[in-house]
Amino acid sequence: MTRRWTLFDTTALTFGFAFLYLPLLVLVVYSFNDSRLLNVWGGFSTRWYVELWNDKVLLTALRNSLGIALFSAAIATFFGTLAALALVRYTRFWGRPLFTGMVYAPMVMPEVVTGLSLLLFFVSINAERGFWTVTLAHTSFTMCYVAVVVQSRLVAFDRTLEEAAQDLGCPPLRTFFTITLPLIAPSVLAGFLLAFTLSLDDVVIASFVTGPGTSTLPIEIFNKARRGLSPEINALSSLILLVVTVAVVTSSLLSKRALIPAR
Amino acid sequence: MTNVRTDARKRDSLAIGAVRRDFAPWLDPAAKPLIRYEAVTKQYSDFVAVNNLTLNIYEREFFCLLGPSGCGKTTLMRMLAGFEEPTAGRILLGDQVVSGIPPYRRPVNMMFQSYALFPHMNVEKNIAFGLVQDGVPKNEIADRVAETLRLVQLTPFARRKPDQLSGGQRQRVALARALIKRPKVLLLDEPLGALDKKLRSETQFELMDLQVNLGMTFLVVTHDQEEAMVMADRVAVMDKGTIKQIAPPGQVYEQPASRYVAEFIGDVNIIEGKIAEVGEHQVRVTRSDGAGTLLIDLQNEPVSVGQEVAVALRPEKLVLHRDLPTDTPNVLSGDIWDIGYLGDWTIYLVQLASGQIVRVSRANSRRFVEQPLTWDDKVHITFASEAGVLLTH
Ligand SMILES: Nc1ncnc2c1ncn2[C@@H]1O[C@H](COP(=O)(O)OP(=O)(O)OP(=O)(O)O)[C@@H](O)[C@H]1O
Ligand SMILES: [Mg+2]
Repeated sequence: MTRRWTLFDTTALTFGFAFLYLPLLVLVVYSFNDSRLLNVWGGFSTRWYVELWNDKVLLTALRNSLGIALFSAAIATFFGTLAALALVRYTRFWGRPLFTGMVYAPMVMPEVVTGLSLLLFFVSINAERGFWTVTLAHTSFTMCYVAVVVQSRLVAFDRTLEEAAQDLGCPPLRTFFTITLPLIAPSVLAGFLLAFTLSLDDVVIASFVTGPGTSTLPIEIFNKARRGLSPEINALSSLILLVVTVAVVTSSLLSKRALIPAR
Repeated sequence: MTNVRTDARKRDSLAIGAVRRDFAPWLDPAAKPLIRYEAVTKQYSDFVAVNNLTLNIYEREFFCLLGPSGCGKTTLMRMLAGFEEPTAGRILLGDQVVSGIPPYRRPVNMMFQSYALFPHMNVEKNIAFGLVQDGVPKNEIADRVAETLRLVQLTPFARRKPDQLSGGQRQRVALARALIKRPKVLLLDEPLGALDKKLRSETQFELMDLQVNLGMTFLVVTHDQEEAMVMADRVAVMDKGTIKQIAPPGQVYEQPASRYVAEFIGDVNIIEGKIAEVGEHQVRVTRSDGAGTLLIDLQNEPVSVGQEVAVALRPEKLVLHRDLPTDTPNVLSGDIWDIGYLGDWTIYLVQLASGQIVRVSRANSRRFVEQPLTWDDKVHITFASEAGVLLTH
């Protein structure tokens, strides 16, 4: 019953993949270019990787970014999961529509508005801007994504499982940790990864709320790119690409394993 | 191994008979019920699922709930387990009103109609769950799980996850999980529905053993009347949130309280009529189809001349004749309309002159009958006056 590949299929697939991945391929190839010029091939070299390794500014920015992403994603996952539980479990409470709207609003809010309002907020409470203000800002806008991801799983969750646990003598909080959480864990993890990526990726909000000493990687790359592209950025991007690929493959393998339990 | 098992089965089922024969606390006015539903109503927004229902269940009783889909059986159990609160009325367990007690503190375990097995735990972990919650020592848990696995014949599947089991196997896991804590009251919502006939009757006996040996009280929902007949001390027939009759299985079958119960339990023929004459022990009923009268034994309920009644006749109490018998007061005449051969029984559908179809069943006690009845044969059905049940509503 396997369908035969037509010429059209092959062409469409080739162009599709080329469109998606050719730029990335060019990026990786040119990160090994010996020449300083971006469009001239000067032979194979790893000098930009070495230069990157010695670039204190970029490395600090990388460390900041990873730290912010980690913390903000963790906090966002915690609160996002709670919000999802409230939305799914307590279907009738006063002001629920407003609450729902408020949870989702940050997803459609223009980043400039979010960034500006957060900046004003931090200024007004006199918070010293830097690592923690960016972390908080990222938490506030990634939380809703976690809520959405976890909610979709919770809606399909069979509540008689919790009833069965309680019936067998398990109090509600323990039921949550032994039954509910393990079963929604994949979506919580997915929410975390999404929040992490969104935080790592953000330029606009971070530029608003960060302080003088703290720069994140996307901001730094953006700055460098404006001053003129350097092959060093290619090297950095290639590394990020590598990390992302490994992460995606691992997580998909993990989720496959979760679906087909070992016999 | 198998021999030992069957021997044990024989001995135990004999023991059951001995215990159950004189078990009838509901007849004793001094006996105190273990479970009491007192005028319980459960309303879901605009739908009344349980309507002003009163029910007493006694300690060590095996109680079956029978009724059509959606009549409130599960709701009744969920209120006792603590997942729903009654809208009105109250439920007592022993001397305690249960409302307000959370499910995890009630001495009641429930087997869910949907099984509700924990998908991330294997069979063993699922079954052990209740004991783990109670902090039972590890080695005791292991022993009891092994014992329960044997009981439900799932030992080879201990390490499997629920999604690697068949429907019947899952059902047995759910059963094992609910009964491992040996609660005072065990609620089973269709515990054997997915099992094949052989495994089902085996499990029925295992359940009865357990119930007697451990002194538990069982409240069981079943769709299978035969199952209720085999297992229950008493059954309740429900309809639209109310109970139509509570009685031991034999009584529900032989003395149904209403037409609804008669038609719900087993097969029945209903002949409509009017009381023509009330004697000391018997009444004469004029058939509405104009084909004569019937002589029926008078039952507990008083009737008066002119009252509309229905006579309920069970198919196995009817006798088929080729020639019109002379010595019987009750004759229904017609033609054979259809025949169903079931092996042990043959079902004859006889069409009366009025067009009504009457179902007659006959045990095939002989391998060959010389002149078997066949389609369109003229036949006469007779029955004793005590075979008919007078139903006034
Ligand atoms: N949460 C609920 N909200 C509204 N109606 C409900 C709810 N739960 C049950 N009902 C209704 O109450 C009635 C009784 O339901 P219940 O589950 O007790 O039926 P049942 O006798 O167990 O039926 P079945 O044999 O099909 O399991 C049904 O008509 C059902 O639609
Ligand atoms: Mg039900």
